[in-house]
Amino acid sequence: MEHIRTPKVENVRLMDRTSSKKPVLGTLYLTATHVIFVENVPETRKETWILHSEISSIEKQATTAGGCPLLIRCKNFQVLHLVVPQERDCQDVYISLLRLARPVKYEELFCFSFNPKLDKEEREQGWKLVDLREEYKRMGIPNSCWHLSDVNRDYRVCDSYPTDVYVPRSATAHIIVGSSKFRSRRRFPALSYYCKDTNASICRSSQPLSGFSARCLEDEQMLQAIRRANPGSDFMYVVDTRPKLNAMANRAAGKGYENEDNYANIKFQFIGIENIHVMRSSLQKMLEVCELRSPSMSDFLWGLENSGWLKHIKAILDAGVFIAKAVAEEGTSVLVHCSDGWDRTAQVCSVASLLLDPHYRTLKGFMVLIEKDWISFGHKFNHRYGHLDGDPKEISPVIDQFLECVWQLMEQFPCAFEFNERFLVHIQHHIYSCQFGTFLCNNQKERQELRIQERTHSFWAHLWKNRADYLNPLFREDHSQARGILRPPTSPCNFMYKFWSGMYNRFEKGMQPRQSVTDYLMAVKEETQQLEEELQILEERLEKIHKIPLSQTPGKREPSALQSKRPGLLASTPSGGNPPADSGGHLKSSPSRSPSQGDDDSALILTQENLKSSDPDLSANSDQESGVEDLSCRSPSGGECLPSEDSGKDPDPDEAVFLTA
Amino acid sequence: MEFSELIRTGRAEALLLPGPGQPPVRGTLCITSHHLLLSAGHGSPGDLWLLLRNVDAVEKRPQSLRLGDAANLHPPDHFYQQVALQTDAWRLSAVNRDFDVCASYPPALVVPVGIGDEVLARSARFRQGGRFPVLCYYHTTNGTVMLRSSQPLQGANRRRCAEDEELLRAVLALGGGRGLVLDTRSAQAVQQARITGGGTEAKAAYPGWKRLHRPLERGRPLQDSFVRLVEACTDPSLSMDRWLSRLDGCRWLTHVKETLTAACLAAQGMDREGVCILVHGAEGTDTTLLVTSLAQLILDPKCRTMSGFQSLLEREWIQAGHPFQQRCAHSAYAQARPKHEAPVFLLFLDCVWQLSRQFPLSLEFGEGMLLAVFEHAYASPFGTFLCNSEKERYLCEVKTKTHSLWSSLNQSKERRRLRNPIYTPNPLALWPSVEPQSLQLWAGLFLRWTRPPEPAQEAWEQLWRIVTEQEGGDTL
Repeated sequence: MEHIRTPKVENVRLMDRTSSKKPVLGTLYLTATHVIFVENVPETRKETWILHSEISSIEKQATTAGGCPLLIRCKNFQVLHLVVPQERDCQDVYISLLRLARPVKYEELFCFSFNPKLDKEEREQGWKLVDLREEYKRMGIPNSCWHLSDVNRDYRVCDSYPTDVYVPRSATAHIIVGSSKFRSRRRFPALSYYCKDTNASICRSSQPLSGFSARCLEDEQMLQAIRRANPGSDFMYVVDTRPKLNAMANRAAGKGYENEDNYANIKFQFIGIENIHVMRSSLQKMLEVCELRSPSMSDFLWGLENSGWLKHIKAILDAGVFIAKAVAEEGTSVLVHCSDGWDRTAQVCSVASLLLDPHYRTLKGFMVLIEKDWISFGHKFNHRYGHLDGDPKEISPVIDQFLECVWQLMEQFPCAFEFNERFLVHIQHHIYSCQFGTFLCNNQKERQELRIQERTHSFWAHLWKNRADYLNPLFREDHSQARGILRPPTSPCNFMYKFWSGMYNRFEKGMQPRQSVTDYLMAVKEETQQLEEELQILEERLEKIHKIPLSQTPGKREPSALQSKRPGLLASTPSGGNPPADSGGHLKSSPSRSPSQGDDDSALILTQENLKSSDPDLSANSDQESGVEDLSCRSPSGGECLPSEDSGKDPDPDEAVFLTA
Repeated sequence: MEFSELIRTGRAEALLLPGPGQPPVRGTLCITSHHLLLSAGHGSPGDLWLLLRNVDAVEKRPQSLRLGDAANLHPPDHFYQQVALQTDAWRLSAVNRDFDVCASYPPALVVPVGIGDEVLARSARFRQGGRFPVLCYYHTTNGTVMLRSSQPLQGANRRRCAEDEELLRAVLALGGGRGLVLDTRSAQAVQQARITGGGTEAKAAYPGWKRLHRPLERGRPLQDSFVRLVEACTDPSLSMDRWLSRLDGCRWLTHVKETLTAACLAAQGMDREGVCILVHGAEGTDTTLLVTSLAQLILDPKCRTMSGFQSLLEREWIQAGHPFQQRCAHSAYAQARPKHEAPVFLLFLDCVWQLSRQFPLSLEFGEGMLLAVFEHAYASPFGTFLCNSEKERYLCEVKTKTHSLWSSLNQSKERRRLRNPIYTPNPLALWPSVEPQSLQLWAGLFLRWTRPPEPAQEAWEQLWRIVTEQEGGDTL
């Protein structure tokens, strides 16, 4: 609070940047956490709240007759153009904001004072929502070739890595430690993604300290161990995501890249993604284009091209496509690195994972992906997104680019993602906002030392709670686009790269589509669901009235037909333990079926979790009268005609579900 | 060779239409070596046995289409009747019934009540191609109107025409007193035109009318722009570094932006400022129609329905005399040096697509409809886009000898392809954003053959599935 020179300035004008609309008169407030502008219009008194941590720059322009203009640019691409009547007030606001927008210690950040009124247990639950051990288990790790190593216990080997690292079983602690000494910041090769179908893996590391001729036996053994963990392939790729020139320049500093002659059976590949400085200035140039006042089409297209932004986005996606192809089609493992292995490597590994595995295209899976490839592997959120006052040269929109890659894919594959554009925009906002502890600090070690989990809230829990807002109505789990790997066309594919106005111009509402298909469809879906529920109640009431014995009547069949038409919605509701990749729509009520089929084996393996959801179905089958109470389960009446429908089907898929659960 | 070898299919379900007044007979059609049989089932009396030798002629007609449907779908005076419901200030004139006054106008035209046919004929002589100002849109909310014409034949010595001035004076008297001439050429182009006998409305001669120049590209440069765009979209050697400047070099998106801006101006003038609008360029058959038709789509909810859009196309493009035959003779790949080709109509469809992207719920038709119309404008088994004017169509008897595209598109089997499943009528004007950030390349058209079609198709089907599921729930 001591930094606020003036808490309130009246008669401030908020200018509309894009249109010639009249400025709005209002009052500007400075609080410990927010800048707030309240419009004077008595009916609405519209408020604009801006977190201090969202402020990217403040510019005080020359005073004019009308007052003193103040330009506040935010990291979420909002730009506030204010005119303060008195120069002195403007100066006070300016000085206060300069300090408020640049906190010097973590404790000043909003997340330490943010209180969403959750009790302790809820908060702890929130932090457990995303569990990386579960995630590696889902991939099929540990298995005979890969395991969880405790070599980085207490961050003894690498302080920017997590304590949990997955490495080949054959890589002994000696090999790992040896390899880590030969890698920048000791970031040794560790598993990022494992593909069950091909046994191929994506590993990540930093650049080797090879200089012009240095070798390291342990590092060579480490790569060999990774290659051997995939018995199906006799070589592996080593992908350096930097432009060749940059990598060569690094050799002079005793760093560099792998020499194909020294490592057995590797294929080395440069990808050519530019470094954080190029990306920072590229974004800067693009934002300047976005801020142009009524630009012509040429101004805009030329400016966009000169910024190079879309070119960089394409480079990142191309790298992801290359790796996804290697893993899925060639069945070859890939080691990815850049310089330190925490920026470009994170981008490329996560894009490749997203292309390969439909799980990462779900809401939950996407959170897991960011947690895995960005948060746990020590992407420097604090430095890149300027949470604390620091070196401006460290700031770069690395994860913004990843989010844009996802958006470009969403535009191309509208049915493949469970989440919508709003989800990405919201994530971007909170990466910068510091309202939650999830994106704080530069690595896990720092977070642990700060006791983030005890003192702040989890962003993922917040997202998950509001997940209904982020659903893509077009998503279908059983959809061909959602299943298997995404194959964006590679060449020519320039057309797929579009300017993302929903991100960079999202506060210029007039530029956005005026109607939302997503909202409309979600409303329709909700209505449909309500109608179905009503229908069910009526059906069951009808049953009660008629007291019809178990024999089927045509009237009862309809709802089941109606339900089976929309498996995407139902499949996700019962027993959350099912791996979504296997549980195609038709399996939705599988637990209830098995007993009636007399399939004893699978019935015995029913876990408690499965029993919970199957119980109501069982009762519905045996006792018509109790149907009304079972509404929550949504399939009682549908269950009746299932046995006949089932008889021809192979029960195996069901079994598989139980076994893995 | 055995006769039976010529039989490709032995039987088919068929419907026999015995004649007027009698119910159709549904049955199975069988072809044997010598007979054609139609049986409605066991013991039915009316079985048909036809000796094949007895067949004199076989004709296959397009499914459920009948000749002459077109005239009933969008009758020419339908527009006038709509206007007449609102006001009696306008009348239907038959001055052009024999296409004598204007060869590119339809026979029926809507003009101010107080203006006689001889005034119209005089005014027509003062306008290029005889296209005197006619009503093309009546804005119900405030009674302002939009007219279109061709340029006045002012010439270097600034000729005037009393009847033409009288006509436009009458328009102002009916429509609020203030008018705006939206000239789709630049002021310099108008200067040039004067030398060859053209020109624009002089301020002194038309009191109350202001003038605004909104230059829109047409003719050869527009065709070139189209050709370059298609080239760029299919160029496999084009790298991402150069893609955007190449896109800019085509200037197509600039044309889209300019066109939408001009249409918005016309619409804004009517809706917000309450002025009457007269739109023209030179001939009044290209950019003029672009502006008038888009302005209507922006303002009038009726134009955004399936049938309303068709009658807009019929009225503002086909009957208004856009020379489809000349403009759409060749598309973007033709090596032939273009003479009259220009994708003005395509530019219109692109602008409609931009509207549909910004207001995805407000148009009853989907992208499929725009693509279908585009295809039929360039190559079509239907007569709808044939010829350059109503006169030519009349001479060629197009309406009686060909089928109408509209009746084909209105068949229920086309529903899923053409209609927008999430259409919700929107009574408001659609003001699109014309900022470059809000306009996109129409991927569904220009990249139609270069990108895999499945993702977009699946999305469209999924859209339909979600919406029809609800409809199903309603009926249950």
